[in-house]
Amino acid sequence: MAQQAAISQKPDPDDAQGPSLHVAPSPHIHDRAFTTHRMMVDVVLALTPAVAMAVYLFRWSALIHITLCVGVCLLSELIFTRMRGRKATLNDLSAVVTGLILALSMPATAPWYAAVIASAAAIGLGKIIFGGLGMNIFNPAMVGRAFVMISFAGVMGAGAYESASGMVDVISQATPMNALKQSGTFAMVPNLFLGLTNGSIGETSALACLLGGIYLCIRRTASWEIPAAMIATVLLIAGAADIVGHFGGRLVLQHLLGGALFFGAFFIATDPVSSPLSSRGKLIFGAGSGALVMLLRMFSGYPEGVMFAVLLMNAVTPLINRWTIPRTMGEGF
Amino acid sequence: MAEQPTATERFVQGILPENPVYRQLLGLCPALAVTSSMQAAVTMAGAVLFVLLCANVVTSLIRDLLKPHLRIVIFTLTIATFVTIADRFLAAYLYQMSKTLGPYIPLIIVNCLIICRCEVCASKQSPLTAAADAVGQSLGYGLALASIAGVREILGTGMFFGLRVLPPSWPDWAVMVLPPGAFISLGLLLGGVNWYSQRNAKKN
Repeated sequence: MAQQAAISQKPDPDDAQGPSLHVAPSPHIHDRAFTTHRMMVDVVLALTPAVAMAVYLFRWSALIHITLCVGVCLLSELIFTRMRGRKATLNDLSAVVTGLILALSMPATAPWYAAVIASAAAIGLGKIIFGGLGMNIFNPAMVGRAFVMISFAGVMGAGAYESASGMVDVISQATPMNALKQSGTFAMVPNLFLGLTNGSIGETSALACLLGGIYLCIRRTASWEIPAAMIATVLLIAGAADIVGHFGGRLVLQHLLGGALFFGAFFIATDPVSSPLSSRGKLIFGAGSGALVMLLRMFSGYPEGVMFAVLLMNAVTPLINRWTIPRTMGEGF
Repeated sequence: MAEQPTATERFVQGILPENPVYRQLLGLCPALAVTSSMQAAVTMAGAVLFVLLCANVVTSLIRDLLKPHLRIVIFTLTIATFVTIADRFLAAYLYQMSKTLGPYIPLIIVNCLIICRCEVCASKQSPLTAAADAVGQSLGYGLALASIAGVREILGTGMFFGLRVLPPSWPDWAVMVLPPGAFISLGLLLGGVNWYSQRNAKKN
């Protein structure tokens, strides 16, 4: 679905020169309504519950981060496309989506300069340097986030989450994933599901992400294969760890609802540009991301692994694409 | 045979017009690996200057004895001799720096910049020209290393040559000191140099 969007946003030569023979590789179904702009509006709509939850929980810090990230992303898009001598494409809203996802993946306590640098790195290093929308290898928002996460580990890392001043008391606690990692404590499941816990601004509420994610899948803006495979893999591995450690289901729920899994599965991993094209490839991509998330959560120094998991799978996307080229009918093995 | 450039031309060309890193894209491993601080970069450039100067002069002196099929072996042996001297010298007098640079001093043996200069200039021209070429190329190399290291050290630690140049409130961009920072800095600087020279070419 997504690849058609990239094709249909190019100006159609038919419009300018009258009827001509249109030669192009398949798919030949041409849907004029299915544009980049529409996809991006869908993503913004789908992010509304998560944004609402973020503003409810983190109040001003959420608002400031969202404004800063979206603003700087738009500005960087304008500046960097100018530097490359291209036409700025602000009205396809892709920079807004990048900024929004980036803001929602930041800790509420992150300093303002981290938001600014992350946004500039996301658009500059993550997107425009590869040639702009549709050309980037890695998810731009995650490139920006990784840049500041590694740079400012002291003020962005797991420990830094704990001093946010929100309206709910639990915000001053450790994030559920960090508490699990450091001391093996479990958060209340209903709180995890609704999102009344600490965490990155937009990731806390599994419910809000699920609502938006299902909307995206129904609209076919995101392909269902990636989140389904990703969540199923996490369920499988966390389930095995749960059974081995006799946690009675608490560990599985913690891994499913506690971190950025739902946010990552529905909004980050499904980026149509940096994920595989075929549906078999998408299943492999989702399963790989899920497995890497669990690997990082259980065996690395980080309490959460969605960002690095998605970035690593982005890196192998060209390989997955090559493995899963659909065979022409009649062609032998 | 085409006219060979004179000593002055060789010297000038090495610095900017044929800069080893930004123009010839040679010797990139150390340009990425030892540019996390200015001190390391300058020491590296000094070692390259010594090795290249000695290797170029020696190669030029024996250029009439070189057999075409054996020349690369002779170049490598000559370079290896001087690299060993530089390596032992650093280990004796600048022990900490020698630890920091690690394998990158011995690896000058396989630095394609030096073998390239032996092949292109020293094996064909007089010792004086070869020496001028070596100094010019090394200056160009040092300039390139310093530019990358400068960007990385200032952004990554707020310091320059170990001295604080940015206010202490500067948030250190740790990623710039780490390996990804090397690739990002080199890539952006290379892009900047290309952009600048293309703009100049258009003007003329």
